[in-house]
Amino acid sequence: MTDLFKKARWSPYLVGTLLGVLSWITFYFMEKALGTSTTMVKVAGLAEGVVSESHVRNNDYMAKHLVGTPAIDWQFALVLTMGFGAFIAARLARSRFSETVPEVWAARFGPSKAKRYIGAFLGGAILLFGARLAGGCTSGHGISGSLQLALSSWTFLLSMFAAGTAAAFLIYGKEGRAHV
Amino acid sequence: MFDSNFFAEPRDLIYGALTGLVFGFLLQKGGVTRFQTIVGQFLMRDHTVMKVMFTAIIVGGIGIYGMVDAGVALKMHIKSATLWGNALGGVIFGVGMALLGYCPGTGVAALGDGSKHAIYGILGMIFGSALYAELHPWFKTHVLQVSDLGKETLASSTGISPWWFLAALAIGAILGFMRLERWELRRGRGVKTSAA
Repeated sequence: MTDLFKKARWSPYLVGTLLGVLSWITFYFMEKALGTSTTMVKVAGLAEGVVSESHVRNNDYMAKHLVGTPAIDWQFALVLTMGFGAFIAARLARSRFSETVPEVWAARFGPSKAKRYIGAFLGGAILLFGARLAGGCTSGHGISGSLQLALSSWTFLLSMFAAGTAAAFLIYGKEGRAHV
Repeated sequence: MFDSNFFAEPRDLIYGALTGLVFGFLLQKGGVTRFQTIVGQFLMRDHTVMKVMFTAIIVGGIGIYGMVDAGVALKMHIKSATLWGNALGGVIFGVGMALLGYCPGTGVAALGDGSKHAIYGILGMIFGSALYAELHPWFKTHVLQVSDLGKETLASSTGISPWWFLAALAIGAILGFMRLERWELRRGRGVKTSAA
Protein backbone atom coordinates (compact mmCIF):
# COMPACT_ATOMS: atom_id res chain seq x y z
CA MET A 1 0.00 0.00 0.00
CA THR A 2 2.74 2.46 0.93
CA ASP A 3 4.51 1.44 -2.24
CA LEU A 4 1.47 2.49 -4.22
CA PHE A 5 1.46 5.92 -2.56
CA LYS A 6 5.14 6.33 -3.41
CA LYS A 7 4.49 5.69 -7.07
CA ALA A 8 4.60 8.91 -9.07
CA ARG A 9 1.92 7.87 -11.52
CA TRP A 10 -0.96 5.49 -11.14
CA SER A 11 -2.59 3.67 -13.99
CA PRO A 12 -5.15 6.02 -15.59
CA TYR A 13 -7.70 3.19 -15.35
CA LEU A 14 -7.16 2.92 -11.59
CA VAL A 15 -7.48 6.69 -11.19
CA GLY A 16 -10.59 6.75 -13.36
CA THR A 17 -12.13 3.90 -11.36
CA LEU A 18 -11.44 5.68 -8.08
CA LEU A 19 -12.91 8.93 -9.44
CA GLY A 20 -16.02 6.97 -10.38
CA VAL A 21 -16.21 5.52 -6.87
CA LEU A 22 -15.66 9.01 -5.41
CA SER A 23 -18.72 10.10 -7.40
CA TRP A 24 -20.81 7.29 -5.87
CA ILE A 25 -19.76 8.56 -2.43
CA THR A 26 -20.54 12.22 -3.11
CA PHE A 27 -23.91 11.36 -4.70
CA TYR A 28 -24.96 8.96 -1.98
CA PHE A 29 -23.56 10.44 1.23
CA MET A 30 -23.35 14.13 0.38
CA GLU A 31 -26.07 14.63 -2.25
CA LYS A 32 -23.47 16.40 -4.34
CA ALA A 33 -21.72 15.95 -7.67
CA LEU A 34 -18.07 16.77 -8.34
CA GLY A 35 -17.68 20.18 -9.92
CA THR A 36 -15.35 23.16 -9.69
CA SER A 37 -16.18 26.05 -12.00
CA THR A 38 -19.15 27.49 -10.05
CA THR A 39 -16.68 28.34 -7.32
CA MET A 40 -14.82 30.65 -9.72
CA VAL A 41 -18.04 32.65 -10.14
CA LYS A 42 -18.32 32.90 -6.36
CA VAL A 43 -14.74 34.10 -6.02
CA ALA A 44 -15.30 36.70 -8.76
CA GLY A 45 -18.56 37.82 -7.15
CA LEU A 46 -16.99 38.07 -3.70
CA ALA A 47 -14.17 40.20 -5.11
CA GLU A 48 -16.71 42.44 -6.86
CA GLY A 49 -18.77 42.55 -3.68
CA VAL A 50 -15.88 44.03 -1.73
CA VAL A 51 -15.92 46.99 -4.12
CA SER A 52 -19.66 47.24 -4.72
CA GLU A 53 -22.24 44.97 -3.15
CA SER A 54 -25.04 46.50 -5.21
CA HIS A 55 -23.26 45.50 -8.42
CA VAL A 56 -23.40 41.86 -7.37
CA ARG A 57 -27.02 42.17 -6.25
CA ASN A 58 -28.06 43.77 -9.51
CA ASN A 59 -26.37 41.21 -11.69
CA ASP A 60 -28.78 38.29 -12.11
CA TYR A 61 -26.07 35.76 -12.72
CA MET A 62 -23.95 36.76 -9.71
CA ALA A 63 -27.05 37.12 -7.53
CA LYS A 64 -28.10 33.57 -8.37
CA HIS A 65 -24.80 32.29 -6.96
CA LEU A 66 -24.35 34.64 -4.02
CA VAL A 67 -27.59 36.19 -2.80
CA GLY A 68 -29.63 34.09 -0.38
CA THR A 69 -27.19 31.21 -0.66
CA PRO A 70 -23.95 30.64 1.25
CA ALA A 71 -20.85 31.98 -0.47
CA ILE A 72 -18.57 29.34 0.99
CA ASP A 73 -20.22 26.00 0.30
CA TRP A 74 -19.41 22.34 -0.32
CA GLN A 75 -17.80 22.98 -3.71
CA PHE A 76 -15.90 26.01 -2.46
CA ALA A 77 -14.35 23.88 0.29
CA LEU A 78 -13.54 21.22 -2.30
CA VAL A 79 -11.72 23.71 -4.54
CA LEU A 80 -9.78 25.05 -1.55
CA THR A 81 -8.41 21.63 -0.59
CA MET A 82 -7.80 20.22 -4.09
CA GLY A 83 -4.38 21.81 -4.37
CA PHE A 84 -3.43 20.38 -1.02
CA GLY A 85 -4.55 16.90 -2.08
CA ALA A 86 -2.35 17.15 -5.17
CA PHE A 87 0.49 18.45 -3.02
CA ILE A 88 0.28 15.42 -0.72
CA ALA A 89 0.16 13.05 -3.69
CA ALA A 90 3.24 14.66 -5.22
CA ARG A 91 5.16 14.81 -1.96
CA LEU A 92 4.54 11.15 -1.10
CA ALA A 93 6.14 10.16 -4.37
CA ARG A 94 8.68 12.99 -4.36
CA SER A 95 7.37 13.83 -7.80
CA ARG A 96 6.53 17.48 -7.11
CA PHE A 97 8.13 19.75 -9.65
CA SER A 98 8.36 23.42 -10.42
CA GLU A 99 7.17 24.72 -13.74
CA THR A 100 6.89 28.25 -15.04
CA VAL A 101 7.03 27.66 -18.79
CA PRO A 102 6.04 24.18 -20.03
CA GLU A 103 8.34 22.58 -22.59
CA VAL A 104 5.66 22.31 -25.26
CA TRP A 105 4.79 25.98 -24.83
CA ALA A 106 8.47 27.01 -24.96
CA ALA A 107 8.98 25.00 -28.15
CA ARG A 108 6.40 27.16 -29.84
CA PHE A 109 6.50 30.53 -28.05
CA GLY A 110 9.98 30.65 -26.54
CA PRO A 111 11.11 30.71 -22.92
CA SER A 112 9.49 34.05 -21.96
CA LYS A 113 7.71 33.78 -18.63
CA ALA A 114 5.64 36.90 -19.32
CA LYS A 115 4.31 35.43 -22.56
CA ARG A 116 3.35 32.20 -20.83
CA TYR A 117 1.65 34.01 -17.96
CA ILE A 118 -0.39 36.10 -20.39
CA GLY A 119 -1.26 32.96 -22.33
CA ALA A 120 -2.31 31.19 -19.14
CA PHE A 121 -4.44 34.15 -18.06
CA LEU A 122 -6.17 34.35 -21.43
CA GLY A 123 -6.64 30.59 -21.52
CA GLY A 124 -8.16 30.64 -18.05
CA ALA A 125 -10.51 33.49 -18.96
CA ILE A 126 -11.69 31.80 -22.17
CA LEU A 127 -12.03 28.49 -20.34
CA LEU A 128 -14.28 29.78 -17.58
CA PHE A 129 -16.32 31.90 -19.97
CA GLY A 130 -17.04 28.73 -21.92
CA ALA A 131 -17.75 26.73 -18.77
CA ARG A 132 -20.33 29.25 -17.58
CA LEU A 133 -22.02 29.38 -20.95
CA ALA A 134 -22.09 25.58 -21.09
CA GLY A 135 -23.22 25.28 -17.47
CA GLY A 136 -20.24 23.29 -16.24
CA CYS A 137 -16.64 22.25 -16.79
CA THR A 138 -14.65 19.04 -17.16
CA SER A 139 -15.72 17.91 -13.69
CA GLY A 140 -19.34 19.10 -13.51
CA HIS A 141 -20.20 18.18 -17.09
CA GLY A 142 -17.27 15.99 -18.14
CA ILE A 143 -17.38 13.54 -15.25
CA SER A 144 -20.50 14.10 -13.11
CA GLY A 145 -22.86 14.97 -15.95
CA SER A 146 -21.57 12.40 -18.42
CA LEU A 147 -21.83 9.56 -15.93
CA GLN A 148 -25.50 10.45 -15.46
CA LEU A 149 -25.72 10.34 -19.26
CA ALA A 150 -26.93 13.95 -19.34
CA LEU A 151 -27.62 15.23 -22.84
CA SER A 152 -26.13 18.61 -21.92
CA SER A 153 -22.90 17.02 -20.69
CA TRP A 154 -22.31 14.77 -23.69
CA THR A 155 -22.91 17.75 -25.98
CA PHE A 156 -20.33 19.69 -23.98
CA LEU A 157 -17.83 16.84 -23.82
CA LEU A 158 -17.79 16.15 -27.54
CA SER A 159 -17.54 19.79 -28.58
CA MET A 160 -14.85 20.40 -25.96
CA PHE A 161 -12.67 17.53 -27.21
CA ALA A 162 -13.15 18.50 -30.85
CA ALA A 163 -12.37 22.18 -30.29
CA GLY A 164 -9.50 21.47 -27.90
CA THR A 165 -7.87 19.16 -30.44
CA ALA A 166 -8.24 21.64 -33.29
CA ALA A 167 -7.03 24.52 -31.12
CA ALA A 168 -4.01 22.61 -29.83
CA PHE A 169 -2.89 21.73 -33.36
CA LEU A 170 -3.28 25.39 -34.38
CA ILE A 171 -1.59 26.77 -31.27
CA TYR A 172 1.32 24.34 -30.81
CA GLY A 173 1.65 22.85 -34.26
CA LYS A 174 4.54 20.61 -35.25
CA GLU A 175 7.05 22.25 -32.90
CA GLY A 176 4.85 21.57 -29.91
CA ARG A 177 3.88 18.10 -31.00
CA ALA A 178 7.52 17.04 -31.19
CA HIS A 179 7.88 17.89 -27.50
CA VAL A 180 5.03 15.92 -25.99
CA MET B 1 -23.13 39.23 3.38
CA PHE B 2 -25.84 38.80 0.71
CA ASP B 3 -28.87 37.87 2.87
CA SER B 4 -27.66 34.47 3.94
CA ASN B 5 -25.08 32.75 6.06
CA PHE B 6 -21.67 33.33 4.61
CA PHE B 7 -20.77 29.70 5.25
CA ALA B 8 -22.75 26.56 4.46
CA GLU B 9 -23.37 23.98 7.19
CA PRO B 10 -20.11 22.76 8.79
CA ARG B 11 -20.94 19.22 7.70
CA ASP B 12 -21.10 20.33 4.06
CA LEU B 13 -17.80 22.15 4.37
CA ILE B 14 -16.05 19.19 5.96
CA TYR B 15 -17.44 16.81 3.33
CA GLY B 16 -16.37 19.22 0.59
CA ALA B 17 -12.90 19.61 2.03
CA LEU B 18 -12.43 15.84 2.29
CA THR B 19 -13.71 15.30 -1.23
CA GLY B 20 -11.34 18.00 -2.50
CA LEU B 21 -8.36 16.32 -0.86
CA VAL B 22 -9.15 12.98 -2.50
CA PHE B 23 -10.05 14.57 -5.84
CA GLY B 24 -6.80 16.58 -5.99
CA PHE B 25 -4.80 13.56 -4.85
CA LEU B 26 -6.24 11.36 -7.60
CA LEU B 27 -5.78 13.96 -10.34
CA GLN B 28 -2.11 14.29 -9.43
CA LYS B 29 -1.56 10.53 -9.35
CA GLY B 30 -3.28 10.31 -12.71
CA GLY B 31 -0.82 12.81 -14.13
CA VAL B 32 -3.57 15.13 -15.33
CA THR B 33 -2.31 18.01 -13.21
CA ARG B 34 0.42 18.38 -15.85
CA PHE B 35 0.23 20.75 -18.81
CA GLN B 36 2.13 18.15 -20.83
CA THR B 37 -0.56 15.51 -20.27
CA ILE B 38 -3.52 17.75 -21.12
CA VAL B 39 -1.98 19.32 -24.21
CA GLY B 40 -0.56 15.91 -25.11
CA GLN B 41 -4.12 14.60 -25.24
CA PHE B 42 -5.28 17.34 -27.57
CA LEU B 43 -2.21 16.78 -29.76
CA MET B 44 -3.16 13.08 -29.75
CA ARG B 45 0.18 11.99 -28.33
CA ASP B 46 -0.82 11.00 -24.81
CA HIS B 47 -4.28 9.59 -24.16
CA THR B 48 -4.21 9.69 -20.37
CA VAL B 49 -7.04 12.24 -20.14
CA MET B 50 -9.39 10.08 -22.21
CA LYS B 51 -8.50 6.96 -20.24
CA VAL B 52 -9.11 8.64 -16.89
CA MET B 53 -12.31 10.37 -17.95
CA PHE B 54 -14.00 7.51 -19.72
CA THR B 55 -13.15 5.06 -16.94
CA ALA B 56 -14.59 7.50 -14.38
CA ILE B 57 -17.73 8.00 -16.47
CA ILE B 58 -18.34 4.27 -16.93
CA VAL B 59 -17.57 3.20 -13.36
CA GLY B 60 -19.45 6.19 -11.96
CA GLY B 61 -22.43 5.63 -14.26
CA ILE B 62 -22.75 1.93 -13.42
CA GLY B 63 -22.77 2.75 -9.71
CA ILE B 64 -25.22 5.63 -9.94
CA TYR B 65 -27.70 3.83 -12.20
CA GLY B 66 -27.18 0.68 -10.17
CA MET B 67 -28.22 2.54 -7.03
CA VAL B 68 -31.20 4.09 -8.82
CA ASP B 69 -32.35 0.65 -10.02
CA ALA B 70 -31.87 -0.80 -6.55
CA GLY B 71 -34.35 1.75 -5.26
CA VAL B 72 -31.89 4.03 -3.47
CA ALA B 73 -33.37 7.53 -3.21
CA LEU B 74 -30.58 9.30 -5.03
CA LYS B 75 -30.59 12.99 -5.86
CA MET B 76 -29.53 13.34 -9.48
CA HIS B 77 -27.57 16.37 -10.68
CA ILE B 78 -28.47 16.69 -14.33
CA LYS B 79 -27.93 20.06 -15.96
CA SER B 80 -30.38 21.53 -18.42
CA ALA B 81 -29.84 20.63 -22.06
CA THR B 82 -29.46 24.16 -23.40
CA LEU B 83 -27.86 22.57 -26.41
CA TRP B 84 -26.44 25.66 -28.14
CA GLY B 85 -24.99 26.85 -24.87
CA ASN B 86 -23.51 23.42 -24.13
CA ALA B 87 -22.03 23.16 -27.63
CA LEU B 88 -20.76 26.73 -27.99
CA GLY B 89 -19.57 26.77 -24.38
CA GLY B 90 -17.79 23.48 -25.01
CA VAL B 91 -16.01 24.88 -28.05
CA ILE B 92 -14.90 28.01 -26.17
CA PHE B 93 -13.87 25.84 -23.23
CA GLY B 94 -11.80 23.57 -25.47
CA VAL B 95 -9.89 26.51 -26.93
CA GLY B 96 -9.21 27.89 -23.45
CA MET B 97 -8.13 24.47 -22.18
CA ALA B 98 -5.67 24.03 -25.06
CA LEU B 99 -4.17 27.45 -24.33
CA LEU B 100 -4.03 27.08 -20.55
CA GLY B 101 -3.20 23.37 -20.52
CA TYR B 102 -5.55 22.74 -17.61
CA CYS B 103 -9.25 22.68 -16.90
CA PRO B 104 -10.57 24.41 -13.77
CA GLY B 105 -10.15 21.40 -11.47
CA THR B 106 -6.79 20.24 -12.76
CA GLY B 107 -5.57 23.87 -12.80
CA VAL B 108 -6.26 24.30 -9.11
CA ALA B 109 -4.72 20.90 -8.37
CA ALA B 110 -1.69 21.80 -10.53
CA LEU B 111 -0.82 24.54 -8.03
CA GLY B 112 -0.20 21.88 -5.43
CA ASP B 113 1.81 19.87 -7.94
CA GLY B 114 4.19 22.81 -8.43
CA SER B 115 2.90 24.60 -11.50
CA LYS B 116 3.60 28.33 -11.13
CA HIS B 117 1.89 29.46 -14.31
CA ALA B 118 -1.37 27.85 -13.19
CA ILE B 119 -1.77 30.81 -10.80
CA TYR B 120 -2.24 33.12 -13.79
CA GLY B 121 -4.66 30.64 -15.28
CA ILE B 122 -6.77 30.75 -12.12
CA LEU B 123 -6.74 34.56 -12.09
CA GLY B 124 -7.90 34.36 -15.70
CA MET B 125 -10.68 31.97 -14.68
CA ILE B 126 -11.95 34.44 -12.08
CA PHE B 127 -11.85 37.22 -14.68
CA GLY B 128 -13.62 34.99 -17.20
CA SER B 129 -16.48 34.28 -14.80
CA ALA B 130 -16.89 37.98 -14.01
CA LEU B 131 -16.97 38.74 -17.73
CA TYR B 132 -19.55 36.03 -18.36
CA ALA B 133 -21.75 37.34 -15.55
CA GLU B 134 -21.89 40.73 -17.31
CA LEU B 135 -22.77 39.20 -20.67
CA HIS B 136 -25.11 36.51 -19.34
CA PRO B 137 -28.35 38.39 -20.19
CA TRP B 138 -27.41 38.52 -23.87
CA PHE B 139 -26.42 34.85 -23.99
CA LYS B 140 -29.54 33.88 -22.11
CA THR B 141 -31.81 35.36 -24.76
CA HIS B 142 -29.76 34.60 -27.84
CA VAL B 143 -28.20 31.24 -27.02
CA LEU B 144 -29.55 29.50 -23.92
CA GLN B 145 -33.25 30.02 -24.57
CA VAL B 146 -33.03 29.07 -28.24
CA SER B 147 -33.10 25.41 -27.36
CA ASP B 148 -33.68 24.33 -23.78
CA LEU B 149 -34.79 20.71 -23.58
CA GLY B 150 -34.58 20.61 -19.79
CA LYS B 151 -32.91 17.97 -17.66
CA GLU B 152 -32.84 15.28 -20.33
CA THR B 153 -30.46 12.34 -20.46
CA LEU B 154 -29.45 10.21 -23.43
CA ALA B 155 -31.83 7.61 -22.00
CA SER B 156 -34.83 9.85 -21.26
CA SER B 157 -34.64 11.66 -24.60
CA THR B 158 -34.53 8.43 -26.64
CA GLY B 159 -36.59 6.11 -24.44
CA ILE B 160 -33.74 3.59 -24.46
CA SER B 161 -32.60 2.10 -21.12
CA PRO B 162 -29.53 3.80 -19.62
CA TRP B 163 -27.94 0.35 -19.38
CA TRP B 164 -27.70 0.10 -23.16
CA PHE B 165 -25.72 3.34 -23.21
CA LEU B 166 -23.51 2.25 -20.32
CA ALA B 167 -22.95 -1.17 -21.93
CA ALA B 168 -22.08 0.44 -25.27
CA LEU B 169 -19.68 2.84 -23.54
CA ALA B 170 -18.06 0.05 -21.52
CA ILE B 171 -17.61 -2.29 -24.49
CA GLY B 172 -16.39 0.57 -26.68
CA ALA B 173 -13.93 1.67 -24.02
CA ILE B 174 -12.59 -1.83 -23.33
CA LEU B 175 -12.05 -2.61 -27.02
CA GLY B 176 -10.77 0.87 -27.83
CA PHE B 177 -8.38 1.11 -24.92
CA MET B 178 -7.07 -2.44 -25.49
CA ARG B 179 -6.17 -1.46 -29.05
CA LEU B 180 -4.73 1.83 -27.86
CA GLU B 181 -2.56 0.10 -25.23
CA ARG B 182 -1.17 -2.37 -27.78
CA TRP B 183 -0.45 0.47 -30.17
CA GLU B 184 1.24 2.58 -27.48
CA LEU B 185 3.35 -0.41 -26.46
CA ARG B 186 4.46 -0.90 -30.06
CA ARG B 187 5.36 2.75 -30.39
CA GLY B 188 7.07 2.64 -27.02
CA ARG B 189 5.03 5.58 -25.90
CA GLY B 190 3.12 3.99 -23.06
CA VAL B 191 2.13 6.16 -20.13
CA LYS B 192 5.00 6.49 -17.71
CA THR B 193 3.17 4.68 -14.92
CA SER B 194 5.23 1.52 -15.05
CA ALA B 195 8.54 3.35 -15.13
CA ALA B 196 7.91 5.16 -11.86
